[in-house]
Amino acid sequence: MDLLVAEGLELVQLIAEDGTPHPDRAHEVAHLVDQLPALYETMVVTRELDEEFVNLQRQGQLALFPSCRGQEAAQVGCAAALRDTDWLFPQYRELGAFLHRGIDPGGIGLMWRGAWHGGLGLIERAVAPMSIPIGTQALHAVGAAMASTWLGDGGVTVAFVGDGATSEGDVHEALNLAAVRKAPCLFYVQNNQWAISTPLADQMAAPSIAHKGVGYGMPGVRVDGNDILACMAVVEQAAARARAGEGPTLIEAVTYRLGPHTTSDDPTRYRTQAEVDVWLARDPIARCRAYLGHLGTWDDSLEDEARAKAAVLRTGLRAAVFDAPDPSPLELFDHVFTEPTAELRAQRAELAAEIDRAG
Amino acid sequence: MAPTAAVGEAQELTMVQAINAALADAMEADDRVVVFGEDVARQGGVFRVTEGLWDRFGPQRCFDTPLAESSIIGSAVGMALRGFRPVPEIQFDGFTYPAFDQIATHLAKYRSRSRGLLSMPVTVRVPSFGGIGSPEHHSESTESYWVHTAGLKVVVPSGAADAYSLLLDSIESDDPVLFLEPKRRYWAKEMVDRGARREPIGKAVVRRAGETATVVTYGGLVGTALEAAEVAAADEGWSLEIIDLRSLVPLDFETIAESVVRTGRCIVFHEGPRTLGMGAEIAARVQEELFFNLEAPVLRATGFDTPYPPARLESTWLPGVDRLLDTVERSLGYDHG
Repeated sequence: MDLLVAEGLELVQLIAEDGTPHPDRAHEVAHLVDQLPALYETMVVTRELDEEFVNLQRQGQLALFPSCRGQEAAQVGCAAALRDTDWLFPQYRELGAFLHRGIDPGGIGLMWRGAWHGGLGLIERAVAPMSIPIGTQALHAVGAAMASTWLGDGGVTVAFVGDGATSEGDVHEALNLAAVRKAPCLFYVQNNQWAISTPLADQMAAPSIAHKGVGYGMPGVRVDGNDILACMAVVEQAAARARAGEGPTLIEAVTYRLGPHTTSDDPTRYRTQAEVDVWLARDPIARCRAYLGHLGTWDDSLEDEARAKAAVLRTGLRAAVFDAPDPSPLELFDHVFTEPTAELRAQRAELAAEIDRAG
Repeated sequence: MAPTAAVGEAQELTMVQAINAALADAMEADDRVVVFGEDVARQGGVFRVTEGLWDRFGPQRCFDTPLAESSIIGSAVGMALRGFRPVPEIQFDGFTYPAFDQIATHLAKYRSRSRGLLSMPVTVRVPSFGGIGSPEHHSESTESYWVHTAGLKVVVPSGAADAYSLLLDSIESDDPVLFLEPKRRYWAKEMVDRGARREPIGKAVVRRAGETATVVTYGGLVGTALEAAEVAAADEGWSLEIIDLRSLVPLDFETIAESVVRTGRCIVFHEGPRTLGMGAEIAARVQEELFFNLEAPVLRATGFDTPYPPARLESTWLPGVDRLLDTVERSLGYDHG
């Protein structure tokens, strides 16, 4: 089965909403199923840590937090289908992908606390700093993918963007450049239906985001973003295609942002609870659990272990973030250039003196 | 067209040929150096600056991009992140604006954003400034934008030999560089000692020593200032000291200060609009640090705060010999007893 060939761009789904396996395709993804118990745990941990981040924001410990609740399968499934050396270019809502990569949640928390831009501990795991200007990182991903080809490292680079980002010029330029250069780059669009308060219908008039692949000369595929197995299968095929030198793929993972855009947002101003309820019933974590039940591989100890691991990580996150000391303001001057200019040295001394005077 | 001199040989080259030689030498020395942009490969650039690189280094090292400036800079960021040393070209100054976000938001800030873990060794070459009768958007002075953006070095050569040396320095720099090439000097010839380096980035050079007043300038106007100094010497008996800044970030304020302490008068001479141009910054610094050495306020001979004019009006609009000498005269008219 070639998931990347548009079959009228119908949604690729391998697990039905009630958790039952796809009647015909189960055997084709058998090699992925073994990973599911571990990925279930990552999804549970993602959701619990997400909740902890929100708590920390409510307690005044973080300035802001963009919840990824509801998008766990889309994120964890994508990361799980890649190699740990494949570079990821995230926006700022990719907690699930970060956790799958083994990134310390504390480094994420320090960004939202306002201690340092971009997040800490990402680059060491082949993840670019979080990018807040929408869609700009897609171009970095294409450049990195071109570099990967030149290095001959067999790497695939993934640009994470959202539905709103597809309106940005940079995303258009990135898709075009990647296709022209046949760059080993995946454009992984989490279509969570809302760009803050703007619904997809006000964002574009195309039949789907995946349809746009045709215009750029690359496959476009729509996958059920709440079906972790389908996300893995699609990313696995697209990555294999990219590694084989056949170029980029545009993947639209159809999902939903169950929470607000960020902790500063009130989604009741723009969407109904009835709509949210529809998506609550499509919960990606519950679906994975039901699927494992259908396969006969579910064991309640999985749940217990996931919750226990989450509890440990929640404690670790709180310890890393709660009342964390601020970095030295003087460090700001150290990273502008390789060597600070005379002006930067003078200004650093000026601020140091000001700090001293303030005691 | 492409220069043929071997490394170590001095040869008279135009600035176009000198930049071409620097690119070739950098690509030869380091296979992580890649050159790309609109029309730089097959055509060798609209000014032929990149001529021959595609043939010599192949389509992976020198290539044409889609017509999309943001993607030229954005992809360079990704390449740099993976260890390459990109040298993208933005075809004309006015077309840096579509790439402004990638330059200001990412290229300039990546080192800080990554807390010093990632360098951005990217040299953005931009044929820049006016004076050659171009259509709209082809004659912009963009330097103030870059100078005001923390994290960018800004280099502006005034002649072929400096262009060669400063471009090699820029490409070797681990920091991002906006390399602004004054188009009006593209065809001016100078002896270039291929393989040799001149003063590094961050060092200004006194192009003409003098005592009457200090003229601080850069890029295409250095030649104009030297011409004005000759006229002033012959007609008025003034001895103007001409400082070529060569790089705006880092700024060699020491060389400016050393001169102004002696002359007591400073005129900043640049093409771009006056308000918040380099002249504003230099005037502020000079009065902050050399207040009691000044015989007159720091004055500016610059372009005006209008959009760059149509080609038929540019010779009137641009600061030239007369505007500079009028300004020197105004400076000399101050007498606080």
